[in-house]
Amino acid sequence: MEPAKIIEHSGGVIGVSWLLIALPLLGAAFLLLGGRKTDKFGHLLGVATAVASFVVGVLVFLQLLGFDPAERRRAVPLYDFIPGLTKMGLLVDPLSISFVLLITGVGSLIHIYSIGYMAHDPNRRRFFAYLNLFVAAMLLLVLADNYIGLYVGWEGVGLASYLLIGFWQHKPSAATAAKKAFIVNRVGDFGLAIAIFTIFTAFNTVSFAGVMESGADPSQGTLTAIGLLLLLGACGKSAQLPLQSWLLDAMEGPTPVSALIHAATMVTAGVYLVTRSGAMFFPEGSTAAIAVTIVGVATLLAGAIIGTAKDDIKKALAGSTMSQIGYMMLAAGIGPAGYAFAIAHLITHGFFKADMFLGAGSVMHGMNDEVDMRKYGGLRKVMPITFATFLVGYLAIIGFPLLSGYFTKDGIIESAMEYSSTLGWLAVLGAGITGFYMSRLVFMTFFGKKRWEADAHPHESPAVMTWPLIILSVGSIFLGGFLIVGNRFMTFLGPAVGQPEHLPSFHPFSVPGLVTLALVAAGAALAWFKYGAAEVPVTAPRGSFLTTFARRDLYGDALNEALFMRPGQWLTRLAVFFDNRGIDGLVNGIAAGIGGTSGRLRRVQTGFVRSYALSIFIGAAILVGAWFVVGNL
Amino acid sequence: MTTHYLVLSALLFVIGGVGVLVRRNAIVVFMCVELMLNACNLAFVTFARQNGNLDGQVIAFFVMIVAAAEVVIGLAIIVTIFRTRRSASVDDVNLLKY
Amino acid sequence: MGETITFWVLAVVSVSAALGLVFSRKAVYSALMLGTVMLSLAVLYAVQDAPFLAAVQIIVYTGAVMMLFLFVLMLVGVDSSDSLVETIRGQRFWAVVAGLAFAALLGLGVGNAVLSAPKGLEAVTAKGNVPSLAELIFTRYVFAFEVTSALLITAALGAMVLAHRERIAPKPTQKDLSRARFVEYGEHGRNPAPLPGPGTYARHNAIDMPALLPDGSVAPLSVNRVLARREAAEGTLAPEIAAALEAEEREAAERTADRHEELVHHASGVNGSGPNGAASNGAGPTASAAPADESPATGPETGEEAK
Repeated sequence: MEPAKIIEHSGGVIGVSWLLIALPLLGAAFLLLGGRKTDKFGHLLGVATAVASFVVGVLVFLQLLGFDPAERRRAVPLYDFIPGLTKMGLLVDPLSISFVLLITGVGSLIHIYSIGYMAHDPNRRRFFAYLNLFVAAMLLLVLADNYIGLYVGWEGVGLASYLLIGFWQHKPSAATAAKKAFIVNRVGDFGLAIAIFTIFTAFNTVSFAGVMESGADPSQGTLTAIGLLLLLGACGKSAQLPLQSWLLDAMEGPTPVSALIHAATMVTAGVYLVTRSGAMFFPEGSTAAIAVTIVGVATLLAGAIIGTAKDDIKKALAGSTMSQIGYMMLAAGIGPAGYAFAIAHLITHGFFKADMFLGAGSVMHGMNDEVDMRKYGGLRKVMPITFATFLVGYLAIIGFPLLSGYFTKDGIIESAMEYSSTLGWLAVLGAGITGFYMSRLVFMTFFGKKRWEADAHPHESPAVMTWPLIILSVGSIFLGGFLIVGNRFMTFLGPAVGQPEHLPSFHPFSVPGLVTLALVAAGAALAWFKYGAAEVPVTAPRGSFLTTFARRDLYGDALNEALFMRPGQWLTRLAVFFDNRGIDGLVNGIAAGIGGTSGRLRRVQTGFVRSYALSIFIGAAILVGAWFVVGNL
Repeated sequence: MTTHYLVLSALLFVIGGVGVLVRRNAIVVFMCVELMLNACNLAFVTFARQNGNLDGQVIAFFVMIVAAAEVVIGLAIIVTIFRTRRSASVDDVNLLKY
Repeated sequence: MGETITFWVLAVVSVSAALGLVFSRKAVYSALMLGTVMLSLAVLYAVQDAPFLAAVQIIVYTGAVMMLFLFVLMLVGVDSSDSLVETIRGQRFWAVVAGLAFAALLGLGVGNAVLSAPKGLEAVTAKGNVPSLAELIFTRYVFAFEVTSALLITAALGAMVLAHRERIAPKPTQKDLSRARFVEYGEHGRNPAPLPGPGTYARHNAIDMPALLPDGSVAPLSVNRVLARREAAEGTLAPEIAAALEAEEREAAERTADRHEELVHHASGVNGSGPNGAASNGAGPTASAAPADESPATGPETGEEAK
């Protein structure tokens, strides 16, 4: 079934859905411009705008539900954005409202959590301003009804991400990580920008509706090129291979940032982009769509492998994030059969990964910001709420039956199986590895013996931090089942992205499902023997070649360094050399030559009038002589 | 006959020129310049007769006027320099150099 | 024939006078040589049918310009003779080379020129030389003529500006001069009284005779310095006067050396400060030389010292 037509809308809450963006944007502007005077209540204002935005989102959602499914794509024109090129407007449809609810909902919870987490940071107001800025930009990204508006939001979240990764910019590692994220994203953004240029050339419009209905018929090559360029953009933002390297370093930011931006929302923008452009640029079986699935599978395996080797709790979770987004990309590449699972997994992942990141933040909060899991151990008794909520998130992500991840990930694996058994079995393998590394993480952190530093006094976090954890874990338990059972989400999303002719039925005991469960159980068991039952060394053992391979992010950084950084540096040095010796040498040489000659020539100016007279006299003699010679020729 | 006059004029001119180059007393240098001007005047007068044209004499007349004006200014400069530097040598006035 | 004789005589005279102008050590001789050349040329003008120019040559050049030269020479110092040693390396050699080359070229040019017999000015000076010239000057060359008048006015003005000296200190009064004299006396022991008059005897009453002091010895200061120097050059000066003069000259030399140093110091102190510096430089010697003006002996010395 094709996506439904977009209907112009005015009135009601949808008519003022620009409030969604405006509220957090105003909050950010107020907090940034207000300066230190707003320090006292800055965090409360930040939370208030996020929550208000969430409330508006819910109201919009409710009004949208009131329409007939085929009329749930509503365009809200705002103003003439770039005269002659595009009008700015918002597109409120099931896809964007899903994102809006995720962003504002999880975002609000993380805002609340941050009150506690950042309580002792002198720059808490600035932090909330950036968070609000991020929420506004992300909402613009998902709500814009054209590619240029999307691009503005896209760059906005990139900026917020940069600012928040480098929030503790006094740490060189954080500053470097922020720059790295920005530069790697630039590659992807470049692809997206070129894609938008190409779209405009091919369709003479950049709005989603315009592209769908333009009637222009560009060549297959153009469409593939646009698709691949969009994929490049998606790879950059969603940390997919080959632009994955920034995400692990991005964990230098404060943990709520990692939870909100680098797990729950921003990094899923790539999935949104692919889904939103799916009908036009990633039709089933097209080259671009196949590329999306390949990137997804490669990343889901790579992320999982990286996750197995990391001792830093946040980096292990970051590897997991990469891997889970790989699943979403895989599903998004499959086509209408996968979109619903991709977005559903995205939403449930937003909950349980935010839950776990915040849990990790809670652990770090109690452990003097220690991130090395080898120095944790036995924390379940001192942090019961954190442990319980984390456990829920853990079970959800490994696909424990009847929890959120079970339904959504299983859906992805099922549809991948139907699409291509190879990809399907690789996804199953990824699920098995997920079972191992997540279990390893939980066992190292909460079970086993205490390996704490001498000055660590772990304690449960305050209520302002635990309550968001509890709410998120409730979502992690029930949301998946609610969305998937009875194809509730697929039919809801259908009008926006299209849906397959035959709705898939949920088989609890299919062969891939059982194999997945078995593999996950095996992985968890292996983790228990290695990290739960056995002693965990405080210093990391050297490990085999494979361990090093995984620890060093599959040599991704080394590859980037060898392929881009070193040649870039050589090129820079060459350019500097050329500039210094070549151009400057030429210029300075000429200058020095003229200067030297002048220095010698000026000695002619002796100051003696008679010398000058002599030269005049000789000159006159030569002139007269020349005149004779010429005259006699 | 004209050739003789011209050769005399040339001789006087060159003697004046060499005098300008070798003498250091500013006043003498000035006199040598006057000698060169006079040599030119002789040539003008000679050519006036040679060509049967009075213009040469008129020009010689103007040269004299200009020479008079020049002498007035030049000597005033020499006096001014002498007043400050107690010297009439052109070699002593050599501060404006490299 | 007459013209040829005149030419050859005057040619020889003027060329040798020109050479004398260049080679004489004393500027006054040079000036006289130049006068000779100018007079010769005036005659040559007259011979060549240019009586008006000949007259102007004599009046303007030999009369006015030469007078001006001599006047300035006297102002600057007559008795100084130039050193003919060349100080700029290669200057004289190249001057001679350039002069010979130039002479050769001019000779070549004149020799190469094919000249017919002179046309003569009879045709154009039918009304006489002066009226014809006047006609030309006031018709064809009237603009140039008017411009020369502007030039002469400007030159006169310029000469005035250049020679004008701004008084930057108040004019010394009788009181100032007297005080300065006594300061001089206090510092250098110089007699503040007027110089003694020359000797006046029964048989001699002349300024070239020294006055006698009460003990019968001569008073050196009573002799005019210029006359004393001349007599010293001739060897007829009385030895005691010569010795006294010498001692006095030494003292004066020391004094002027001091003053010179002061002057140099003063000049370098204000160097580069523009017209003010120049003005005070110009006024410096006069202000400090005020007492010395009474003694004619110190005038030329100062000039020589500066040389």
